[in-house]
Amino acid sequence: MRLGILCALALAIATSGPAHAHLLYVTNEKDDTVSIIDTKTLEVVDTISVGERPRGITLSKDKTKLYVCASDSDTVQVLDVKTNKILYELPSGEDPEQFALHPDGGLLFIANEDDAVTTIVDTQTRTVVAQIDVGVEPEGMAVSPDGKWAITTSETTNMVHWIDVAERKLVHNSLVDQRPRHAEFDPDGKRLWVSSEIGGTVTVFDVESKKEIKKISFSLPGISQDRVQPVGIRLTRDGSLAFVALGPSNHVAVVDAKTYEIKDYLLVGRRVWHMAFTPEEDLLFTTNGVSGDVSVVDVNALKVIKTIKVGRYPWGAEILPTN
Amino acid sequence: MRVVNGFRGFLVAAVCCWMVIAAPPATAQIAIEILYLEHQRAQPPTLSNLDAPPLDDGLQGARLGIEDNATTGRFLKQSYALREVIVPPEGDFLAQAKQALAEKSAAFIVANAPADDLLALADLPETKDALIFNAGAPDTRLRQNECRANVLHTLPSRAMLADALMQFLVKKRWTKIMLIEGPRAEDKAFGQALRKSAEKFRASITAEKSWSLKADMRRNAAAEVPSLTQDADYDVVLVSDEAGDFGQYILYNTWLPRPVAGSQGLMPVGWHRAVEQWGAVQLQNRFREVAKRDMRARDYAAWAAVRSVGEAVTRQNTADVQKLAAYIRGPEFKLALFKGRALDYRPWNGQLRQPIPLVHTGALVALAPMEGFLHQTSDLDTLGIDGPETKCKMN
Repeated sequence: MRLGILCALALAIATSGPAHAHLLYVTNEKDDTVSIIDTKTLEVVDTISVGERPRGITLSKDKTKLYVCASDSDTVQVLDVKTNKILYELPSGEDPEQFALHPDGGLLFIANEDDAVTTIVDTQTRTVVAQIDVGVEPEGMAVSPDGKWAITTSETTNMVHWIDVAERKLVHNSLVDQRPRHAEFDPDGKRLWVSSEIGGTVTVFDVESKKEIKKISFSLPGISQDRVQPVGIRLTRDGSLAFVALGPSNHVAVVDAKTYEIKDYLLVGRRVWHMAFTPEEDLLFTTNGVSGDVSVVDVNALKVIKTIKVGRYPWGAEILPTN
Repeated sequence: MRVVNGFRGFLVAAVCCWMVIAAPPATAQIAIEILYLEHQRAQPPTLSNLDAPPLDDGLQGARLGIEDNATTGRFLKQSYALREVIVPPEGDFLAQAKQALAEKSAAFIVANAPADDLLALADLPETKDALIFNAGAPDTRLRQNECRANVLHTLPSRAMLADALMQFLVKKRWTKIMLIEGPRAEDKAFGQALRKSAEKFRASITAEKSWSLKADMRRNAAAEVPSLTQDADYDVVLVSDEAGDFGQYILYNTWLPRPVAGSQGLMPVGWHRAVEQWGAVQLQNRFREVAKRDMRARDYAAWAAVRSVGEAVTRQNTADVQKLAAYIRGPEFKLALFKGRALDYRPWNGQLRQPIPLVHTGALVALAPMEGFLHQTSDLDTLGIDGPETKCKMN
């Protein structure tokens, strides 16, 4: 085991070379700021003020703008990544929490937590093109890589809502375990992963049939099952690994995305929410809400290598590649 | 907010033709009606009348629960309705309950009434096969000798509240306690719960005081409370004053500089506006929108009751009360109630297991069970009546 890790580490050092300097943007929910971290020096290089209770954050397809959900300001702010200034705001509906950008870059799908709707915003014309009624407390948002499906999870209704993007219509609902918080498609769009925070599980759906194909449970020695609360999910581009943030258990699960076996649990900061990879996928960053920091995971070695202090209650994370 | 208002106007004007609205449940396959039965309590005159309890305490929680259930039900062709029967303080609760049940039988009842009314309701032949949720009576006896097979309790018992507070005090090592007990029956009941709890967690009540209703503390608190609290040594003062009569005047007026807890000061509660973690902000916001005020413990208990029914109907896809009741009591039932973990009902007395927030008026201080209070099955069962000490016979 130890030899294996050492080998992996040696291999990682031999193959990855010097880490590239990208910028990681982290929303600090209770500070109304975004921390910017240099992924090479692993230090905070800037902290910028944004709207109230910033949570979801995502990069525009042309990589020039960042969209930030300012939940308590009831708006989505658009940040110029060159100047780190807010350019303008998008209409978002009330209490936007998470969102997902359509692969064509034009439409933004926003979960409006207090309003039980999903809002579709055209980022070019800056207008709302549709609002779709979903369950109570919509939170997780994902759009399939082919752009056909938009997914909203509603936390109190305990459902995955399948929205046909072309029709702008809700066409199917799947019940999952309690408090579904996050949805993530496989890179090839064949499977959908949904985390249930209070249910303590991740449900994997076959997108074609919309049928459940696997329910993953997690169990950590010495940690009460009550504290194992899956939230954020990230998959590697090759579809081999899934990382699942397990909230107040303070661990991230590493799951073999083919066999669904759990390969490891990595100890990170307290109450881990969401994650982001570097473009090379050599590093994974986790936002740790309660401890107010970001853990840096060496993806090849599956080791936590550093903790970086950010603002209060860091929530969302997004990478701005510099190459 | 201004953004939204502008946006809303725009939305209505320009986009409504684009709006995609889910079809209303015109052909709901499962229709669930829940009867909300309340016996309003006469509010005694109190010295401290800054925060009068709202008249719709409990009712608004049930209404929000119906709204939450209905939003989910839309997708499953399930509809929910609340039938509200509210009996004024001077009214005959049992007679009106009987009349309501004669007009239309009820499978699910959310009861917000004093303990004796609840027992009378549960013993009616008309409710034998119903499922009653107690969202109004904290009396521990309803979970012990006087439990009923057709009753579940979403409101925490006084035993749970006292245990939650006592765990905190023991953790803080504030184990020498002065107890000041009010004259009303409920004050004595909470005082008794605190004494039992002190014994359970090895704290000691070193002095006990009874409060009489004679003094006007608005004028005399600074003079009377120090002398009342002078003749003993203690780490903390516990107050039992559920009506909120004199308790507020104990704070900062004690002879020794000591914290105050219990019904005032640091309070163990089923719910409070200060609870914001675990996604609770969303629940608080939703509630405020419906009720135009903060959510309280009885609101939360009524909401949890209605949500329990909704969760069971969602998962079981049936309107059969026996099947639903069995599922709600069973091991598979799990409900997300914004207290940080999945909750269920104790099989031995039908009490909803739940963490108890310890709050003061402005913030959450701790959430019991406190770390370190261990239990062989669930640490939530360190609060209130545990399985081995149950005197409840369900049949």
